[in-house]
Amino acid sequence: MKKRNSLMAAVFSVMFLCVSGTAMAGNIDIKGSTTVLPIAQKAAEAYMKGNPNAKITVSGGGSGNGIKAIIDGTTDIGNASRFIKDKEAQLAMEKGVYPVPFRVALDCIVPIVSPKNKITNLTSAQLKDIYTGKITNWKEVGGEDKEIVVVSRDTSSGTFEAWKEMVMKDEKVVQSALTVPSSGAIVQTIAKTDTAIAYVGFGYLTKEVKALSVNGISGSIETTLSGAYPICRPLFMFTKGWPEGETLDFINFVTSKKGQELVKEAGFIPMY
Amino acid sequence: MTAKREKTEVLVKYTFFLIALFSVLVLGLIVLFLFMEGIPIFSKVSVYDFVFGTKWYPTDEPPDFGIFPLIVASFCVTFLSAVVSIPLGVMTAVYISEIASKRVAEIVKPVVELLASLPSVVIGFFGMVIAGPFIQEVFNVPVGVNLFNASLMLAFMSIPTICTISEDAIRSVPVSMREASLALGATRLETILKVVFPASLSGISTAVILGMSRAIGETMVVLMVAGGAAMIPKSIFSPVRPLPASIAAEMAEAPFRGDHYHALFATGIVLFIFTLLFNILADFVASKYKQTGEASL
Repeated sequence: MKKRNSLMAAVFSVMFLCVSGTAMAGNIDIKGSTTVLPIAQKAAEAYMKGNPNAKITVSGGGSGNGIKAIIDGTTDIGNASRFIKDKEAQLAMEKGVYPVPFRVALDCIVPIVSPKNKITNLTSAQLKDIYTGKITNWKEVGGEDKEIVVVSRDTSSGTFEAWKEMVMKDEKVVQSALTVPSSGAIVQTIAKTDTAIAYVGFGYLTKEVKALSVNGISGSIETTLSGAYPICRPLFMFTKGWPEGETLDFINFVTSKKGQELVKEAGFIPMY
Repeated sequence: MTAKREKTEVLVKYTFFLIALFSVLVLGLIVLFLFMEGIPIFSKVSVYDFVFGTKWYPTDEPPDFGIFPLIVASFCVTFLSAVVSIPLGVMTAVYISEIASKRVAEIVKPVVELLASLPSVVIGFFGMVIAGPFIQEVFNVPVGVNLFNASLMLAFMSIPTICTISEDAIRSVPVSMREASLALGATRLETILKVVFPASLSGISTAVILGMSRAIGETMVVLMVAGGAAMIPKSIFSPVRPLPASIAAEMAEAPFRGDHYHALFATGIVLFIFTLLFNILADFVASKYKQTGEASL
């Protein structure tokens, strides 16, 4: 009892600190999206090396949090692995805030299965049917006669939202789907479960899992850049109004050739 | 001289009173905060729909906030872990305090207590990497992270609680009662079953209930090995999503003070109420079967 309460108190105080720490002049505060986080971190490190006076703090916490922090004015840059939602845009206008999106990278999401699975390709329609629970056996898509174990990310993950929008067309994921809290755990689960299917960002592909091609096109830097691969999304950094000074400099750095190389290093797809 | 002593007495009294007051105050503030952050969701969804709704899609448009599958999952996991941990915990306690020689008891007891000091994330990892694939193979089920696995891991975690508190209760049974029983010609087993066990029942029940309340609130283990499917389990090998797992998995990315955030705090309220009920029950049982003196048996 007591132990948990003190733990909760600690968590809340940390959350409180995150929320109350407002942006200061000269420093850049970056918040939001665990997907964009590695890019922001790498870019911040490289930027601070080149500009010893700059001080950048980076924290994660979900795309929704990043955009909300921009609307509330508690951060300089809000990361998001999706575009601003209608509701959020409306809220921003009501508060007189004009969030400006900068596209900083691309990410393609790849369906993965165990290397023991014979399937190599699925159509987007088949993927949708599997995730809505209409297809429940691998033999329906040309595989073995085994039940499909559907693995998904948690509902608040940006990857989940992208998958839902692009593959599910906003239909609901079947309730019996396993949900896993991180991309690393997804790979781990798939490697251990022969009959499972899941999806991860391009940067998380490893040898333990097999990437499926979608509609006959396999996810890669080339197919994503050419627009041929269907499950791909841009990643954004939002600012409150047009950025100035140090913040503008940093955004310029991320979108520069050097910055885009860092994007590639972080496991994502550069814009050019 | 006496005036000075009285002064110290008063000083000590109030110092300790203040310290006690402070911890009560902190607890009160946390509960207040919990309710303040959780209650706004009930303007979007009724209490009944929240507790008995069967669909949990907090980020959909429009969202569904129904935590009934999560509640069911929490209870199933707790119940199943109790089935494993109660016999093991209580019997270990009986063994340590009644049967084992002093030397064996001195080894077994700290080892069992050491189980409690294992970080839950280690137990979770064990469940994920070792127990999961094992269960998958032995029972021939599609996924190894499920209700059964989570219950086993939780049982490991509540055994030390159950064992230590039960052992204290058994040890506090007066020696004269055992001697009387043995003197009347009862065997050792009869003494344990008919004298020692009933006499320490209050303590053992408290131990069991506290062990269960530890299991229902445990987060890391269920997050890692329960599977996380928000559905009412069909069998003991179904993946489930207990309340604490849901809070832990989603809190990090729920927009601050959004509907989802409030819904997670409301889930916390439900969990808080359950653990509170468990604790009140433990208190009630302890006082009801309380053994005072040797004559009341």
